[in-house]
Amino acid sequence: MIDFGSTFKISLRSLYINKMRSILTSLGIIIGVSAVIIMLSIGEGAKERINKDIASMGSNLLMVMSGSTTSSGVRMGSGTQPTLTIKDSEAMLKHCPSVLEVAPTVGQVQQLVYSNQNWSTTVNGITPGYMPIRMWEIESGRGISEDDLKNNTKVAVLGSTVTTNLFGDMDPINKTIRIGGMPFKVIGLLKSKGQNGMGQDQDDTVLIPITTAQKKLFGTDFPGMVKHISVQARDEESLESAQEEITELLRERHNLGKTKEDDFTIRNFTQMLETAKQASNTMAILLGSIASVSLLVGGIGIMNIMLVSVTERTKEIGIRMAIGATAMDIRVQFLVEALLLSLAGGVIGVVVGILGSKIVGLFSDMTVIISAAPILISFGFSGIVGILFGYYPAYKASLLNPIEALRYE
Amino acid sequence: MSLIEIKNLIKTYPTGDTSFNALDNVSLSVEEGEFVAIMGASGSGKSTCMNILGCLDKPTSGTYFLDGIDVSKMSMDELSAIRNLKLGFVFQGFNLISRTSAIENVEMPMIYKGVPPEERIKRAKAALKIVGLEKRETHMPNQMSGGQQQRVAIARAIVNDAPIILADEPTGNLDTKTSIEVMEFFVKLNAVAGKTIILVTHEPDIAEYCKRIVRFKDGKIISDELNAVQKGLDSLDKVNSEGIL
Ligand SMILES: Nc1ncnc2c1ncn2[C@@H]1O[C@H](COP(=O)(O)OP(=O)(O)OP(=O)(O)O)[C@@H](O)[C@H]1O
Ligand SMILES: [Mg+2]
Repeated sequence: MIDFGSTFKISLRSLYINKMRSILTSLGIIIGVSAVIIMLSIGEGAKERINKDIASMGSNLLMVMSGSTTSSGVRMGSGTQPTLTIKDSEAMLKHCPSVLEVAPTVGQVQQLVYSNQNWSTTVNGITPGYMPIRMWEIESGRGISEDDLKNNTKVAVLGSTVTTNLFGDMDPINKTIRIGGMPFKVIGLLKSKGQNGMGQDQDDTVLIPITTAQKKLFGTDFPGMVKHISVQARDEESLESAQEEITELLRERHNLGKTKEDDFTIRNFTQMLETAKQASNTMAILLGSIASVSLLVGGIGIMNIMLVSVTERTKEIGIRMAIGATAMDIRVQFLVEALLLSLAGGVIGVVVGILGSKIVGLFSDMTVIISAAPILISFGFSGIVGILFGYYPAYKASLLNPIEALRYE
Repeated sequence: MSLIEIKNLIKTYPTGDTSFNALDNVSLSVEEGEFVAIMGASGSGKSTCMNILGCLDKPTSGTYFLDGIDVSKMSMDELSAIRNLKLGFVFQGFNLISRTSAIENVEMPMIYKGVPPEERIKRAKAALKIVGLEKRETHMPNQMSGGQQQRVAIARAIVNDAPIILADEPTGNLDTKTSIEVMEFFVKLNAVAGKTIILVTHEPDIAEYCKRIVRFKDGKIISDELNAVQKGLDSLDKVNSEGIL
């Protein structure tokens, strides 16, 4: 029996003799493997991005907004005419068992000024519950407290984008900024959350006590009205019951009876993101499968070329058999050739796949995550393809009868 | 027992409705150290016989003992090993592997024998030197003359130190001068290295180099005699030994 090193050398030689053909044959596998890696990396990136969104937005989150929207979304009136009040949110916390925490919010775009710098952004009037629900953390200083709410204090917590634009490198704590011309003391800074899935800068925000916002800053026509209420359900399972409970409660509180349309809208962001996650998962699997088909096609290419090679080299096989090669020696030689083709394709494919994924990540706004699993899977798959499609030609070669093979011209 | 002993060999090829005996009850024994020429008209079954002797083919019936072993019952893989270790082939068409250098061609039988690489190269070089091709080691078959190619094939046949060399018309593709070169080589292998050689040829000139000539006709052996020259030498020996001279 022939040793493996020699088989390897013989196979490598034969492939080298037909360089161009070998390269073209491997190309099928290269494309297949790199496509699988790129597709799965994009899929993984999309998933990761959504996960990050969920984490940064807050888990088990419902948004209750003023105004109605039909289910088809044609009349997008949500948030335009205020119908929700702080009382509504207090009632939710009290009467809806699935609701863990509520955070009524009012918001307006305002001009911020500090010395000669100015910046305009959304100023949100919030309650202390807002920060934990929406996953905001304090970087330095403190957050909005119950006392701030009670006393309508003019204090503000700044997002990092606002800090940078107004203060540059300076420490803003205890500095006074003007919001809509009114002085506010900066009491805290928010930890940066970066962009969300839609590319919005989440750090471009200012938080102030909701009472201050309603009574002093926003000259509102509807005192006590809020723009939206963030609701945290007890857990993922209770999201839907929370939605039902809130709908029932608000319809009752707003006297909508049985026929009138809802004058509020509830958005289940967590669910939306979960759905998006599933969709991107499905997409990744789909793209991955399409890519694997090209791997399969690459395998068929290998089989094709190996069959041609066996026929072409019938005489060589006859000579080898005449001087002592066993059927197994011949089979192993051709199998190793096929395997070398596919594994070389696999290795190059992995390199191309990683580079390709990086390029996609660099030149598009898609998040791309290259993880080990797709690389190992697609590389392993290329090996399996090599064995699978290389076996038959190798088997055929080993069945040749030495005299007939020798006679072959 | 003889080195090669075939008894009542029949090889039948199916041809259309009837079948045809390419070998018809052939019996032959060859002793170690013999140099046998097989002659006969085209289609008389010489190659068929050689293929069976070379364990490349199996007889339809009959027995074949090679070195005391009954090879007619062996599997193809067992026959591969026999071919590898006991037999060296030289073909009319050289049968070198194309686009593979002389030395790599000569190395080949040792690969299948499991000889380690360094040893292989050493022995391949030695074999090429014996056939006078030490300067052509890296030449591809298509860069060599017919005679050179045939010498590479001879080097390949002897490199595993097989005791038997089978050559089916080894000079069939060579001109007279090269044929003589090659034949002188076989004579040396037989006389010096003690190889048993069986060689098929059409040419009486070539057969003259051999000690024994077996003639085939229609699948049968019609004559089996010592070469005339050889006969003379033998009788001389006999006379010698009897002490007349
Ligand atoms: N595979 C085969 N199938 C059918 N008939 C065959 C086969 N091989 C050989 N024969 C027949 O067997 C007979 C003997 O052939 P063989 O090759 O032994 O002749 P040969 O003596 O070597 O002739 P040559 O001197 O021309 O080489 C021929 O008639 C040939 O047609
Ligand atoms: Mg012949």
